[in-house]
Amino acid sequence: MTNRASANGTTALYALLLVAALAAPFFLYPNFLMRAYCFALFACAFNLLLGYVGLLSFGHAAFFGFAAYVTGHSAKIWGLGPELSVILGALAGAVLGLVIGGIAIRRQGIYFAMITLALAQMLYFFCLQAPFTHGEDGIQAIPRGYLLGMFDLNNGLTMYYFVLGVFVLGFLLIQRTIHSPFGQILKAIRENEPRAISLGYNADRYKLLAFVISTTLSGVAGGLFALTFQIAALNNVHWHFSGEVVLMTLLGGMGTVLGPVVGAFLVAAIQQYLAAFGAWVSIFQGIIFVACVLLFRRGIVGEIIALLRPRGKAEAETVSVTPQVHEPARQGV
Amino acid sequence: MTVATIFGVPMNALFGQLMLGLINGAFYAMLSLGLALIFGMLNIINFAHGALYMMGAFVAYLLLEHAGIGYWPALILAPVVVGLFGMLIERLALKPLYKLDHLYGLLFTFGLALIIEGLFREFYGSSGQVYAPPPELTGGYNLGFMYLPIYRGWVVVASVIICLGTWLLIEKTKLGSYLRAATENPALVQAFGINVPAMITLTYGLGVALAAFAGVLAAPIYSVNPLMGSNLIIVVFAVVVIGGMGSILGSVVTGFMLGLLEGLTKVFYPEASSTVIFVVMAIVLLIKPAGLFGRAS
Repeated sequence: MTNRASANGTTALYALLLVAALAAPFFLYPNFLMRAYCFALFACAFNLLLGYVGLLSFGHAAFFGFAAYVTGHSAKIWGLGPELSVILGALAGAVLGLVIGGIAIRRQGIYFAMITLALAQMLYFFCLQAPFTHGEDGIQAIPRGYLLGMFDLNNGLTMYYFVLGVFVLGFLLIQRTIHSPFGQILKAIRENEPRAISLGYNADRYKLLAFVISTTLSGVAGGLFALTFQIAALNNVHWHFSGEVVLMTLLGGMGTVLGPVVGAFLVAAIQQYLAAFGAWVSIFQGIIFVACVLLFRRGIVGEIIALLRPRGKAEAETVSVTPQVHEPARQGV
Repeated sequence: MTVATIFGVPMNALFGQLMLGLINGAFYAMLSLGLALIFGMLNIINFAHGALYMMGAFVAYLLLEHAGIGYWPALILAPVVVGLFGMLIERLALKPLYKLDHLYGLLFTFGLALIIEGLFREFYGSSGQVYAPPPELTGGYNLGFMYLPIYRGWVVVASVIICLGTWLLIEKTKLGSYLRAATENPALVQAFGINVPAMITLTYGLGVALAAFAGVLAAPIYSVNPLMGSNLIIVVFAVVVIGGMGSILGSVVTGFMLGLLEGLTKVFYPEASSTVIFVVMAIVLLIKPAGLFGRAS
């Protein structure tokens, strides 16, 4: 009963947000909004790992940034259309995720974080030296092109709705993944890996698949970013950007559906409005990190949810942990 | 004139790079030693380690600029100052995190690193400050096969002494035996009437002081720069993953070995010198996931 009511409430909230997003470019600076959508998709993809599998990847910028390079190269040098360029970027994220994830899931917890960070740093050095990334200059003046050969993306409004559309699709895909039987198994692995294994689930394969889904969507976000801002540069593969996506998720609320989106908008706003103050951006981000860890670990959205229904939430958490009976083969890779 | 060569590489260049590798290895060893100490006791990966290393170098620089205190006193004072700062942080902020998932410790220290680095960048800019080595350690010897700057030789010797000293402290003294016992089973050690929270604070201070000591050693070689720690710490993470954090001596040996390997790569395949340690890490993970000296968990 209450579940049905809260589901209706959630649907109403999403509808409201969608209407707001459709109207937003007439009131707010579209470039800021598009940046926020790219970040939000990235953070949602990251949250799939941190919030639902309990894996803290500290190298997620690698997938975003590398996909941005691939999309930029496809659009500029190979002259491919925007949709194909973004798909290639996503593919790059997937392949890279398969390799890095395959190595990193051999260790857990803190080690997983250190390994992803180190491998991402390796990719950073590769991007610094490889000729196609143009080193410090990056790939500049990436053409936005015509969507499906028809819609001119150089028109700001068309580009905005394209970015919004891709973001909504990615968001729904992540939603679907979280609430699928596959997502339930991921949560089971997060809560008690040995138990999940003893129930017959191949935990490593599930983790790897979740990792690849996350990096693929990070690749979509990176490709979209490259098209929107017509540049693919080193700062998007740097560890600092990996830290920023952690911040978005932590600040918004890890393990919540809307948290990363809220966090992404806030971090994008910090970048936008504090850019003139140089090092203060990082000081401010550091302070937020510290405050989140010490004072509100549930994040903004997490705290709001806890305020709205103090007992119901804890109940929902425990329910999701119990793995449901499904043949693992069905969700196999 | 003929120049002696090995595998087509001039001998001078080869030994010069090996020396540089040894110096990098010395820093990897001291930093990974501190990380391993802290991790053993606090179960926290100290992301701020690189920032505190930088802070050590900056304290030495500031002591010279504003108080005229030179290199030798700074070598003691800077680790003490930074160590006390670390102990304060531990008491105020890290303590409530022990009961939580280890990831929160990582996230907190990451934020701390951003704040420290940001503050130094704001007030001293990103360009480096020059810090001259003491007059006793300037100049160098010509060893025939290579030229050895005295300061670089000193760095290697000092780091070996410090690493050995730390090892002796942990393995051979009463305090060290308490530390090891508290790492294994804090509740039991506490029951014997030993003040475990104080030992934890002390361990964090010691690990951080090691980082600051490394920072002072590094100051005359690399310029004193707010960002000097952040790239280094990622390499040190890879070193720690390769060595495994189970053994103190293991992390020291791994640090030196990887520094040498990096130096060799610079001679024979310079393009890969910045990535070779990460490649080794990937290979080690594929073959022996617990690390070379690690215990399987």
